[in-house]
Amino acid sequence: MSIGLEHYLILSAILFSIGLYGVLAKRNAIIILISIELMLNAVNITMVAFSRYIVPLLLTGQVFAIFIIVVAAAEAAVGLAIIIAIYRNRETIDATEIDLMKW
Amino acid sequence: MGLEIAFWILAVVSVAAALAVVLLQNVFRAALALVLCLMAVAGIYVTLSADFLAAVQILIYVGGISVLIILAIMLTRDVQRGSPSNKLRIPALIVAILFLAAVGFATTNTLWQVSGAAPVEPTTAALAGKLFGEGGFILAVEIAAVLLLAAILGAIVLVREK
Repeated sequence: MSIGLEHYLILSAILFSIGLYGVLAKRNAIIILISIELMLNAVNITMVAFSRYIVPLLLTGQVFAIFIIVVAAAEAAVGLAIIIAIYRNRETIDATEIDLMKW
Repeated sequence: MGLEIAFWILAVVSVAAALAVVLLQNVFRAALALVLCLMAVAGIYVTLSADFLAAVQILIYVGGISVLIILAIMLTRDVQRGSPSNKLRIPALIVAILFLAAVGFATTNTLWQVSGAAPVEPTTAALAGKLFGEGGFILAVEIAAVLLLAAILGAIVLVREK
């Protein structure tokens, strides 16, 4: 059976689900950020797969993937800076213990 | 035939590495598994004939973001506590499996209008035309530049010693 669009979409859905589980279930803030990177990568695979199989001559999906990578880089830089700032103030990066703004 | 073998190997490696990211208890090993997963995803881009994106993936994710993450792990010294789950572990598992089932159902039951045309190769010149050329994404490129500048300034301000 040759590889088609569905294979890439299912692979991307599996990676996204793993990332979703990590975001919801983990307590370490850095692991949560890593899981978000996994989810962004899964979306990128979907974009490139659509670009390759639906409109192979337009490359629009690859342009979107480049912008997603840019936003992911900015998000990682700011997110890790926030985590380090929180660690300086509270000596922990456990997301369940950072509850100052929790009602 | 070679493409199929490459896809299956890369798919298995990326899924296994992603599972290792959420299941390993050592935070540092989870970050290394993330690096492996990102490299496998770069290989997946190659099988989709997106050569420029594969190079960008290696340069930015494997070269840049993973170094940032490992640096943050070193700075926070929370490696000893590991990566425990919170009390939402079972509901999170159910949500993830439900999401996977919904997307899988939608994917397999949609009639995709797959085009038979051969992909553009190499993609670098074509992508440059798309990004900077007439009727392209030049406004988005400039907004991305401002976003990156703002993110770098914000990160510096946040981590600077008072």
